[in-house]
Amino acid sequence: MATDHTHGHDGHDDHHDHGPPPFFTRWFMSTNHKDIGTLYLLFSLAMLFVGGSMAMVIRAELFQPGLQFVDPHFFNQMTTMHALVMIFGAVMPGFVGFANWMLPLMVGAPDMALPRLNNMSFWVLFMAFVLLLSTLLVGAPAGGWTMYAPLSIQGGLGIDMMIFAVHMMGISSILGAINVIVTCLNMRAPGMTLMKMPMFVWTWLITSFLLIAVMPVLAGAVTMLLTDRNFGTAFFDPAGGGDPVMFQHIFWFFGHPEVYIMILPAFGIISHIIPTFARKPLFGYDSMVFATAGIAFLSFVVWAHHMFTVGMPLSGELFFMYSTMLIAIPTGVKIFNWVATMWRGSMTFETPMLFAVSVVVLFTIGGLSGLMLAIVPADFQYHDTYFVVAHFHYVLFSGAVMAMMGGAYFWLPKWTGHMYNERLGKVHFWLTAIFFNVTFFPQHFLGLAGMPRRIPDYSTQFTEFNQWSSLGAFGLGISQLLFVYIVFACIRGGKQATAEVWENPEGLEWTVPSPAPHHTFETPPRIS
Amino acid sequence: MKILHASTTVERTRALLGSVAAAVSAMLLPAVANAEYGLNLQEPATPIAREIMTLHNGIMIACFVIFILVFSVMFYSMWAHRKSRGYEPAQFSHSTKLEILWTLIPTLILVGFAYPSTGTLIAMEDTTESELTVKVTAYQWKWHYEYMDGSGVGFYSTLSTPSSQILDKEEQGENYLLEVDNHMVIPAQTKVRLLITSADVLHAWWIPKFGVKKDAIPGFINEAWINVDGPGIYRGQCVELCGKDHGYMPIVAEVKSKQDFADWLSQQKAALDSANGDTKVASN
Amino acid sequence: MSSAPGSYYLPNPSPWPLIAAVSVFTLVTGVALWINNVGAGFTIAMVGLAAVLFMMFGWWRAVINESVGGNYNSEVDLSFRMTMGWFIFSEVMFFCAFFGALFYARNLAVPWLEEEMLLWGSYTGGWPTAGPAGAAHIGADVHDVGRGQFGTIGAFGIPILNTILLMTSSITVTLAHHALRHGDRGKLVLWLAITVALGAAFMYYQVEEYIEAYSHLGLTLGTGIYGATFFMLTGFHGMHVTIGAIILFIIMLRCMRGHFKAEDHFAFEAAAWYWHFVDVVWVGLFIFVYIM
Ligand code: HEA
Ligand code: HEA
Ligand code: CUA
Ligand SMILES: [Cu+2]
Repeated sequence: MATDHTHGHDGHDDHHDHGPPPFFTRWFMSTNHKDIGTLYLLFSLAMLFVGGSMAMVIRAELFQPGLQFVDPHFFNQMTTMHALVMIFGAVMPGFVGFANWMLPLMVGAPDMALPRLNNMSFWVLFMAFVLLLSTLLVGAPAGGWTMYAPLSIQGGLGIDMMIFAVHMMGISSILGAINVIVTCLNMRAPGMTLMKMPMFVWTWLITSFLLIAVMPVLAGAVTMLLTDRNFGTAFFDPAGGGDPVMFQHIFWFFGHPEVYIMILPAFGIISHIIPTFARKPLFGYDSMVFATAGIAFLSFVVWAHHMFTVGMPLSGELFFMYSTMLIAIPTGVKIFNWVATMWRGSMTFETPMLFAVSVVVLFTIGGLSGLMLAIVPADFQYHDTYFVVAHFHYVLFSGAVMAMMGGAYFWLPKWTGHMYNERLGKVHFWLTAIFFNVTFFPQHFLGLAGMPRRIPDYSTQFTEFNQWSSLGAFGLGISQLLFVYIVFACIRGGKQATAEVWENPEGLEWTVPSPAPHHTFETPPRIS
Repeated sequence: MKILHASTTVERTRALLGSVAAAVSAMLLPAVANAEYGLNLQEPATPIAREIMTLHNGIMIACFVIFILVFSVMFYSMWAHRKSRGYEPAQFSHSTKLEILWTLIPTLILVGFAYPSTGTLIAMEDTTESELTVKVTAYQWKWHYEYMDGSGVGFYSTLSTPSSQILDKEEQGENYLLEVDNHMVIPAQTKVRLLITSADVLHAWWIPKFGVKKDAIPGFINEAWINVDGPGIYRGQCVELCGKDHGYMPIVAEVKSKQDFADWLSQQKAALDSANGDTKVASN
Repeated sequence: MSSAPGSYYLPNPSPWPLIAAVSVFTLVTGVALWINNVGAGFTIAMVGLAAVLFMMFGWWRAVINESVGGNYNSEVDLSFRMTMGWFIFSEVMFFCAFFGALFYARNLAVPWLEEEMLLWGSYTGGWPTAGPAGAAHIGADVHDVGRGQFGTIGAFGIPILNTILLMTSSITVTLAHHALRHGDRGKLVLWLAITVALGAAFMYYQVEEYIEAYSHLGLTLGTGIYGATFFMLTGFHGMHVTIGAIILFIIMLRCMRGHFKAEDHFAFEAAAWYWHFVDVVWVGLFIFVYIM
């Protein structure tokens, strides 16, 4: 790595004005990782609310049997859009926001490796969502976020718009991921070897690899859908020698790694919060890195566990059952390492720690139900029921989203220079944790009792648990308004934060002042 | 629970898991018995569904135990190693022994899960030696059943819940959304093979109490089999998103004793013959 | 130019990323409307396309100016190399989706369809096939097939010629690279020109082949799974050849202007890598689509 950094040599102006540029230039033409990170984070928050509002429609309709508010087609549109918005709009961009803000600070780099490409990733994503959300005006997709053929062959303009929106999200993700990889591999401060990289950086490095490997495959899948719809190809049409199930194989080859794309950065965030508040170094750093890589590797060979009921040959079912079960092992290693990090620490429970601990507990519930889903004969009972819905909200909401909230509380003082309101933070945590469980725990029972997913109406024996779930969901939604209040209050003011913010936290990001100046580490720090 | 002639290890494992499951669920989930609430899978009505139930209970209990073990350690630590109690942090940060231990133990547990599951799965996929074949074809949004014994007996089966109930203008009835005009009729104590396919998009055929769920895929035929313990009415639903009325294509199987079934089938044949005769006469 | 005192070049705020996003949006929205026959779809798509081209021109011009201005140190150079490498990897994965579809359809779906006597009667499957309800295959390189029949392109006509053309072009681009490293601009431009010409020749024959397929062989995009995989794979590949050739052409113009130094010429190398990638994909195509 180049270490010789003489100041002000050719190609650089000699004025050292470090303030941010004027409004339009700053926010629309940015090449600054912190500003782009802020854009991503705000976008993610906005999409959490858009997707959340759709979830509220779903839960309102499911409050009791019979159709009260929406017709079945609109219900399906809500389910589909809810998932697309949450996954591609709230969770993935949220983590990219964290990556933008934190990676350069954590590896001691002046910025992301490719600042202009970085900005393009954001705006392409933004425009992709303009396109996706405008399908609501022309007939939004209603075939589920999995877009299975041949149902997705039916329908009109809206489906094609969704396909192109997915292409654009793909471009955005791939470029963003390349940027992350290059930053991690090429921009580290001298002395920071790979095995000294902070865990969040490691998890993002591996996530980026997953993104680059699978987003193009999704692009391929939707391209085939596009040509089947519009140009007469027969990829998914048996009359022409194609196979609808082929779509599922290609989709899930993307889709399963995708779920780890949404959880690995969360694991990274947790791996920073727990050591900080346990006042003890992360236990088993090396095994954490290998476990993360192991999860990523395995994620490429388990995809068909989403399609056990399609009538695969027995050997295929067995293979995918065994390979899926294996993922419990590296994931378990991570859980145990976190517990061991807490063991004999000196713990305090500020809001970020509360979130981190509950992520570990609740994610494990989702993980264990995932393991149950992996058992093929049992999955024949669970598949496409609310048991699956419960599973993935435990890993996605109480795994990914709550980890992001914890991360936001953890780094907000670094970003804004102010402490957030600790008391309100704790209230927000407890409301979220409690209402989350009220919403989704009963869904396990619904699923076991036989309630299919993606239905706007259900038979009467499911009523009571659905009412719990809906009430919980409304509570969960309203609690998030508190989150928005806390975040914006923190941006506008509050107790001045110190550079370290917490007690002796580990990492380069705590060596720069709070708020982090517009430009940091222009001269790389040296890691001993 | 089914009495097992505990001969093979598979069955012994299952028996063990089953009794643990029964014991723990008796302790933890007294409401399991309360069928109204349905905290667990529906009461099985076929040998396969029973095996699944045992498997499910076993795994669920095991996961539950793992969960309690792991998090009692964590919560103990959170309580004991608090700063407010003046606990000074230790500084250890790895232990190869522990890492190996908590890789090995889960591996063994997983092998314990995989073994019985494999047995059940192999049994489920074995559609040979069936005595009756029914072809099930899914449509947007109804089912068609055809008896493949050369008789040509076949009929559509469509939701029969009145729309006034769906639109909430009238109180929902007892089997709201789970009732159809024509039941699929099959004999009890008989291995019935199902050939499942679709005429348009994907659907899936599922009756929880039978432990059978198979996708209906246009252009391809999936096989499944059932062998129901005794007569009764069994209900299920389409479980693959198939468009607007996905929530409104229930499945109802009426299981009759062998004798009653034979009577029903010949009645159907007779009706069909006379109908055919009529059309012949009419068209002449 | 950036005021950063470090030596890693950090570009100033730039309008191009935003323009890129909006133009791509315009383009795809236009196409979506167009294929659904809604409103002025075609016009919007063309405006979008023009905007995309304008953006590429402007952005790359900025980058070229920075490069020529000597802003990029070796660390930036390494970033660019890694970026290009990972970008090509993503392209490989895109092709994997289509190759995967080919293998799946051929080795699994079609044999399974053959077994479904109840649904498809006496369908005999095999490969190539247009499926149980599609046209019947009557051999390679057969001219003027009848209705409901299709022929396929034999491997040892145009395809082998095209293989030779592309393989040769991979060699000539390497020769150009050698010339560049030895500072021999004349040879450099000559070899590059030959490479671009070979690429153009490839495309010419590819188009010939398509015309042949459509007008004499009854082989179209709609010819069942065979037509779908054949045209999508060769089509996307052809698109990449076209883009690669255009890039090489621009690189050639830049060589003529003396933009590259013997020891520092990443843009050239990136274009060459891309070209090799396109070549490797073709070899895969030649084997799995034409020969097997
Ligand atoms: C962040 C997202 C995320 C994550 C991390 C996971 C993690 C896992 N998922 Fe999940 N999954 C989804 C998101 C996710 N999933 C989504 C969105 C769907 C539905 C998609 C759709 O259809 O719309 C889905 C669906 C889904 C299915 C298909 C269900 C069906 O449709 O029938 C299956 C089946 O195998 C599955 C399995 C698993 C497994 C085994 C894990 C494992 O990674 C879990 C591993 C973790 C643990 C096991 C817990 C911790 C471990 C220990 C404490 C060690 C000791 C434990 C033991 C030895 C048992 N998932
Ligand atoms: C990261 C992903 C993610 C997240 C965070 C969520 C969050 C939530 N989801 Fe889910 N969901 C999915 C991913 C996610 N979901 C996926 C992939 C599917 C499958 C789709 C498919 O089948 O294709 C699904 C499906 C799904 C279903 C099943 C639908 C069906 O099968 O028909 C349900 C039903 O209860 C549901 C509910 C919820 C609820 C209540 C929340 C809550 O956590 C949301 C809480 C709300 C907020 C955080 C926002 C707060 C908003 C307000 C307070 C509104 C105020 C209004 C304005 C300001 C205008 N989701
Ligand atoms: Cu038929 Cu869902
Ligand atoms: Cu998965």
